[in-house]
Amino acid sequence: MVGLPLPRLAGVTGARRSAAIAERNLTALRSAYWLVLVSGFLEPVLYLLSIGIGVGALVGDLTLPGGAVVSYAAFVAPAMLASSAMSGALSETTFNFFGKMKYMKLYDGVIATPVQPFEIALGELGWAMARGGLYSAAFLLIMVALDLTTAARALVAFPAAVLVGFAFGALGMTVATLLRSWQDFDLMGSAQFTLFLFSGTFVPAEAYPAAVRWLVELTPLYRSVHLIRGVCVGESGWSWLLDVAYLVALTAGMLALASRRMGRLLYL
Amino acid sequence: MTIGQPLIQARGLVKRFGDFTAVDGIDVEVRRGEAFGFLGPNGAGKSSTMRMIGCISPPSGGELRILGLDPVRDGPAVRARLGVCPQLDSLDPELTVRENLTTYARYFGIPRRVARERAAELLDFVQLTERAESRVDPLSGGMKRRLTIARALVNDPEIVLLDEPTTGLDPQARHLVWERLFRLKQQGVTLVLTTHYMDEAEQLCDRLVVMDGGRIVAEGSPRALIERHATREVVELRFAGDSQEAFAGKLDGLGERVEVLPDRILLYVSDGDAAVAEVSARGLDPAGVLVRRGSLEDVFLHLTGRTLID
Ligand SMILES: Nc1ncnc2c1ncn2[C@@H]1O[C@H](COP(=O)(O)OP(=O)(O)O)[C@@H](O)[C@H]1O
Ligand SMILES: [Mg+2]
Repeated sequence: MVGLPLPRLAGVTGARRSAAIAERNLTALRSAYWLVLVSGFLEPVLYLLSIGIGVGALVGDLTLPGGAVVSYAAFVAPAMLASSAMSGALSETTFNFFGKMKYMKLYDGVIATPVQPFEIALGELGWAMARGGLYSAAFLLIMVALDLTTAARALVAFPAAVLVGFAFGALGMTVATLLRSWQDFDLMGSAQFTLFLFSGTFVPAEAYPAAVRWLVELTPLYRSVHLIRGVCVGESGWSWLLDVAYLVALTAGMLALASRRMGRLLYL
Repeated sequence: MTIGQPLIQARGLVKRFGDFTAVDGIDVEVRRGEAFGFLGPNGAGKSSTMRMIGCISPPSGGELRILGLDPVRDGPAVRARLGVCPQLDSLDPELTVRENLTTYARYFGIPRRVARERAAELLDFVQLTERAESRVDPLSGGMKRRLTIARALVNDPEIVLLDEPTTGLDPQARHLVWERLFRLKQQGVTLVLTTHYMDEAEQLCDRLVVMDGGRIVAEGSPRALIERHATREVVELRFAGDSQEAFAGKLDGLGERVEVLPDRILLYVSDGDAAVAEVSARGLDPAGVLVRRGSLEDVFLHLTGRTLID
């Protein structure tokens, strides 16, 4: 029943069952949800406007390690995109997923059908990505409009942002299976905010002491910011490959872990 | 699987939670087309057994085959052919009544158009068409139960598992559910149900096992069980005063057996009226007298020394 979940990824029936989970969420969409959607989008835009442009006026231009000189807003915007992809994915996969699993007991009904935990996890993640993808596309449009990146780069940055969403969505799902009560969300919120502040978001990671810098460079948000910034300002050489590998591995590992945990919680 | 092989076969089936044993080595066989019951009080291990049969709870020991398949290895394939009405409804609170059915059908890979048709038929079958566009929350307990039963039928299952289908329902709602289950049975669907209502078991089950403390204490058709462990008629006597015990001695030799409960005395007899006459002849004057047919409740009482519902 729990077994090795990954081989099933290949199955067409598995994909179809995951799609049924996403379809359920689409059916459940009601008007109130649009509010959540809008607020999730507004947050990074407000950060971009206040810090990127406001603070940017005081800071002036930055010289990146590769030598490129960019405005502070152009430096901060990719980080805002990465962290909005993160928080969009996290809120869908922690808050909503936790509620569905522990309070709504939604999956208690689902597991009595042929649908398996891995397929539920994949379906929920795919759904979360639909939302995350919307945020990212809208944010990239704003970046292009404000001349913070080019349209061509924005096109490449989009799948990168989706990958970031997948990684954090899978991570969030695993976290959700570990949370005991709503109180634990405060802890998670703090962890998320810490990541947000110290992932090379507002200052280049090179500004940190070496030890801290190593630590920071290991965090998923740093890798995400690094990837998207590299794409948007167009200077990263081949180091984006490392970021992509990191995020793909995180996605696969966390998905496997989350479905294992779900199996434990549901198949009593 | 071969013809005539049981649809469900359990041998020495065990379920443990930590060091607590909820199901303690039971043997069960359910054949195609029959209505099979698990009768027992709360905590007997009925739901634990049903969850193992439903392939959502791995057995801790023993053997279990469902439709000739292994519940752990072939879980999805087995579940595709089962319909499950769990003890707790587990309906989707964010969806309407109709959407609950269509969405559930999609989990089975049923095409959208077919799902819509099935939903309409099933809503009609459980008489919920008028509430089709309502959310689940405002429904009464009986309506939710009926919806859960409809949901269990959405994939046209070969076996329907019903865990306490009518617990908590008012008599009218119960009868409606019974009537629907009876129709399913007539259509040849194999029903497996649990209950702690002996009248439910007597009405619906062709064969049943009586469970207590994780074990099976008796097995057979309701009629056969009553014949074996009870009598054709039972006289219930209530004497005024605190202790029924005091009167028990004076009833010696009346019928096959005398059972003393805290609030009444039961006489197991073949002829109730004759026994009542004999009670008066012995100069006893009970405050209440009731003659009724022997029931599964009596079987349970006889086998375990306890009543089904406390
Ligand atoms: N998930 C579980 N964890 C621990 N104990 C359980 C669990 N599920 C059931 N039990 C225990 O197993 C026993 C049998 O429960 P159950 O199968 O629900 O009985 P029934 O359905 O006949 O009332 C009960 O004592 C119950 O407390
Ligand atoms: Mg139960």
